[in-house]
Amino acid sequence: MSGGYLTIRNLSAVLRDTGERVLRSVDIDLQPGTIRGLVGESGAGKSMIGKAVLGVLPKALKVVEGEILIDGQDLLKLKDADRRRLIGASTALIPQDPLTALNPSHRIGPQITNRLVDILGWTRRAAEVRALEVLEEVQIADAARVMRQYPHELSGGMRQRILIASAFAAEPKLIIADEPTTALDVTVQKQILKLISNLQARHGTALLFVTHDLGVVAKICDSLSVLYGGKVVEDTDVASFFNGPHHAYGRALLAATPRHTDPDASLLPVPDDVIAAVRAELGEADRQWVRHD
Amino acid sequence: MLDGRGAVKRRAGARLWLSGLWLAIVALAAVFAPLIAPHDPLMQDLLYGRLPPFWMAGAEPGYLLGTDSLGRDVLSRLIHGARIALIVALVAGIGTCLIGSTLGLIAGYYRGWADRIISRLVDIWMAFPPILFAILLIAVIGTGLTSVIVAIVVIDWTRFCRVVRAETLNQSQMDYVHSARIAGFTRMKTMLSEILPNVLPTIVALLSLEMGIAVIVEAILSFVNLSISTDQPTWGGMIAEGRLSIHQAWWVLVFPLITLFLTVLSFAQFGEGLKDRFDPVLR
Repeated sequence: MSGGYLTIRNLSAVLRDTGERVLRSVDIDLQPGTIRGLVGESGAGKSMIGKAVLGVLPKALKVVEGEILIDGQDLLKLKDADRRRLIGASTALIPQDPLTALNPSHRIGPQITNRLVDILGWTRRAAEVRALEVLEEVQIADAARVMRQYPHELSGGMRQRILIASAFAAEPKLIIADEPTTALDVTVQKQILKLISNLQARHGTALLFVTHDLGVVAKICDSLSVLYGGKVVEDTDVASFFNGPHHAYGRALLAATPRHTDPDASLLPVPDDVIAAVRAELGEADRQWVRHD
Repeated sequence: MLDGRGAVKRRAGARLWLSGLWLAIVALAAVFAPLIAPHDPLMQDLLYGRLPPFWMAGAEPGYLLGTDSLGRDVLSRLIHGARIALIVALVAGIGTCLIGSTLGLIAGYYRGWADRIISRLVDIWMAFPPILFAILLIAVIGTGLTSVIVAIVVIDWTRFCRVVRAETLNQSQMDYVHSARIAGFTRMKTMLSEILPNVLPTIVALLSLEMGIAVIVEAILSFVNLSISTDQPTWGGMIAEGRLSIHQAWWVLVFPLITLFLTVLSFAQFGEGLKDRFDPVLR
């Protein structure tokens, strides 16, 4: 598979201080109109990939090689201003924590419309009409009133729906969702997932879905990349992953997922020998990488 | 929930109104001093020296708060003294706020070398004893209203800078700041429209506090005779003069002290009250 809307090739990032690799020659391909899950444990580097694409990597990290292609243009070769223009126009983020993602000092309306007006050059009126439209799309009743409210007047689920509406408002080609349901109640999670996949299908957006929850991947993703230690250890479509992962780590991760069909089964950790094998694989990759450098 | 919020609101309200009322009285006294003051604040009359306030034996009608040892009316001098106090509070307070907040915002948001330079400067500045610093400064640039204001701004901008920098650092970590950058807003625009509104309640509270501090500093400088020329009545100057005759005429010392105390307290309380009003989450 190649020529997707977002293509990441051979992307490596290191810690500035120690030179330790945080992303290890990552390859990811996201086809237009599909959802790719980015799965891994905490610290596997899944959020870092999203941040690298959006150009907001923490200052402690540095990209040392590779390409991030959006629509054929390499973000890492563009000038800063051009890169930000391209990202601003074509990409949006659905953040993890709805409680800190909306500015408490501004009403909801401007938080959706300002970007359309100031960055994309819409008229204020068109932007407001569009904001009402997307708010209704995420099933917010009385959208006109909500636009005049402040974030603290709304529930977490409401705020996450507003953030989703805001992400889709400018019809981006690519959306990066960074664990958008982690901070929510389980019951709300389900609605939000359904909402995201409905909107994605309707708008034909390419969606990179960062999560640690394989259950979520099974529900809405088309393909997935499993990360361990900043390396993609498995890159496959969802059906074949759940029918039998190729990589030992993928199999162990799948086995570790709790199942509601058998609530009494004890939770399985990823076995130590599997971890050791993956670590050895990473070490070997690093040795080869240093030699290439 | 509603009850809790209501209670918070009521308490902030009382504090805001009481302090606001006193500040309004002081402001009116300052603006209309020549019309309100019963006597010329500078007119001496040795026959009427050290008259006690109105409720004590020997008080003279027309001299409500008594007179000082030169026979000048204490109330009239207090009213005229409010002018200097308020001018210093407003100009020095706003000047301090603008300089300190701007530097604090820049240091907290842009980080890097700008932050290193500004933060080191603040550290060095704060190592000087402030009043000594002010006295030295005035000794160099000369006395007068402008010098007092300059001295206050020069010694006190660090107060704003430190607090605003810390708040800005906090705000910079917020997701909405990242989102604004991802959406394509410039750093300047992000700082002004995403961070500043959230730091503003703190700035307002500090500004009000700073106005009170400016009044105190002016009084201290007057007390050591380094402020405005002596023929203009100031609260600090009155306290200094009153100190000399404390055993014969305590009122010359006590009334300006009370006025000063109430004014400084009101500025601080007014700021806290305003902060609650400005805060969208508490509002």
